[in-house]
Amino acid sequence: MNGAELSLAGVCKSFGGLTVIDHLGFTVKRGSRTALIGPNGAGKTTVFNLVSGVYPIDDGTISLDGEDISIVSPAGRIGHGISRSFQNIRLMPHLSTIENVMLGEHWRRPAFSLARGRRAVESVKAALADAGLQTYPGQVVANLPYGIQKRIEVVRALLAEPKILMLDEPAAGLNNAESDDLRALLERVSARGITLLVVEHDMHFVRRLCDHVVVLNFGRLIFEGTPEEVHRDPAVLEAYLGTDARAVQSDNTAKAR
Amino acid sequence: MSGYMSGVLAVLLINMVIAYSVFLPAAAGLLNLGAAGFVLIGGYTAGGLTSRAGWPLVPAILVAGLFAGVVAFVLAFPILRTRGVYMVLATFAFAEVVGGIYLNIPSLGGATGLSVSTYAGLPVIIPTTVCVVAFVAWLLSTRLGLAMRAAHDDENVSLLFGVNLRMVQVAAFTAGGALGGIGGALLVHQFNFIDVQTTGVLFSIYVLLYVLIGGTQTAWGPFAGALFFTVVPEILRTMSKLDPSMKFLEAGRFIVFGIAVVLIMVVRPEGLITRTLIEKVQGSLRRLAARETAA
Ligand SMILES: Nc1ncnc2c1ncn2[C@@H]1O[C@H](COP(=O)(O)OP(=O)(O)O)[C@@H](O)[C@H]1O
Ligand SMILES: [Mg+2]
Repeated sequence: MNGAELSLAGVCKSFGGLTVIDHLGFTVKRGSRTALIGPNGAGKTTVFNLVSGVYPIDDGTISLDGEDISIVSPAGRIGHGISRSFQNIRLMPHLSTIENVMLGEHWRRPAFSLARGRRAVESVKAALADAGLQTYPGQVVANLPYGIQKRIEVVRALLAEPKILMLDEPAAGLNNAESDDLRALLERVSARGITLLVVEHDMHFVRRLCDHVVVLNFGRLIFEGTPEEVHRDPAVLEAYLGTDARAVQSDNTAKAR
Repeated sequence: MSGYMSGVLAVLLINMVIAYSVFLPAAAGLLNLGAAGFVLIGGYTAGGLTSRAGWPLVPAILVAGLFAGVVAFVLAFPILRTRGVYMVLATFAFAEVVGGIYLNIPSLGGATGLSVSTYAGLPVIIPTTVCVVAFVAWLLSTRLGLAMRAAHDDENVSLLFGVNLRMVQVAAFTAGGALGGIGGALLVHQFNFIDVQTTGVLFSIYVLLYVLIGGTQTAWGPFAGALFFTVVPEILRTMSKLDPSMKFLEAGRFIVFGIAVVLIMVVRPEGLITRTLIEKVQGSLRRLAARETAA
């Protein structure tokens, strides 16, 4: 499986009169593990929504391996190799774990094939087991704990066999052990060549997983560089001052986890 | 089996077929209050074919289903532009229009209704119902069925996972329309008669209630709903005759039944049969089995 390179150039988006994304441009390199960070309301989730096609962009281009995907329909983008998870869990509450993750591979299966075919079920179960979720295949997801649901979303996105996997705060609400498991899973995903773009507030998680960091504030790019550099950048520190400054700085002094 | 019992069973099975016609769109998140429309189309088509054209029963049932399906397909595109309560109203209006049309076709009996001599008894109704249930179970077990249920839960996320929402919803609505037509075809030949009054305003409401009371999450829902709506009133009626102290049920059974419906809606807003319920039952069965083997 091959990763893809995602490029935004001059992307703009406003809701009503509110400009949320303002001439934004950055590149997520093929096979990289890129973090997208920024204070609350910076526009990170909106970037995901624009790339995955929830909203059309007002201006600019979004391209995947050089191909303009901003003109592709929302349902068609997954076929181009884009899949994602959601900041607020968006699993299908009445479907079981296995049915939820099967939705991930929906686009690459024929409509009248049996969802419950033995081979299909086995491959899905293997993917669940790889994420440590082998215990829950038949259960309705609405009744499962938050941390489990969060990881089911990751597996669902993975089963789409994406070229770029976009995760919106995947570690939020996970305990330390769960968060370490998630990171190990994502490292295995990355080893397969899949490009990762991760929105995450936990800087410890970002530093250990990611090799590149993109920082947004007010819908604009304010910094791009390595996880080591990001803590020293004055613009980044200023953006976080008054909001999450302590989170960034305390992380500098090697927060014990 | 007594004539009374086989009559109740026939009605129960036909109700189930019609319930599945509303269940399929409902499973995909579409509320259809137009069951009567498809039932009338199927009833008049099949009844017309056997009584006016001399067709045998089974091909007439199939063609009735096919024709109702075609109508549903064509209708799906404008209907799917509406949402929620507007969809309910649009499907309801469709049923009224269908009634109006058949009222004005003299060759099919017009206002006096259509009498047919071919009779559909249990030997036809049972296998047809089995086929319908098998079809629904099969459809739900395909990727398309999964997509339907995903669309029911979250249209936007389904779209992002490549679900062709329009196609899925049109398919669910079309298949539902076809089943309604088959139900109507059985109905007209069970009663040897159909007119526009056969399916009044209440008819579509009842069928939608079967499905919502039964639950839209599993294929068992319409089964439970139709069973409840067909059998409980019969039981109340029988009780009212059994014992003088139950005589109040003769008139009061509608009140008792209505209260039961409201109570179910309050206690089980997602329907009688839910995935969680099935999970619980399966869990306790498994525990029971484990205890058996341990002992
Ligand atoms: N659909 C929308 N309609 C109106 N405003 C929106 C919409 N989506 C996002 N916003 C606004 O855009 C800004 C950025 O939001 P978001 O992308 O969710 O931020 P982040 O994920 O970085 O916390 C916020 O001010 C939010 O209120
Ligand atoms: Mg966000």
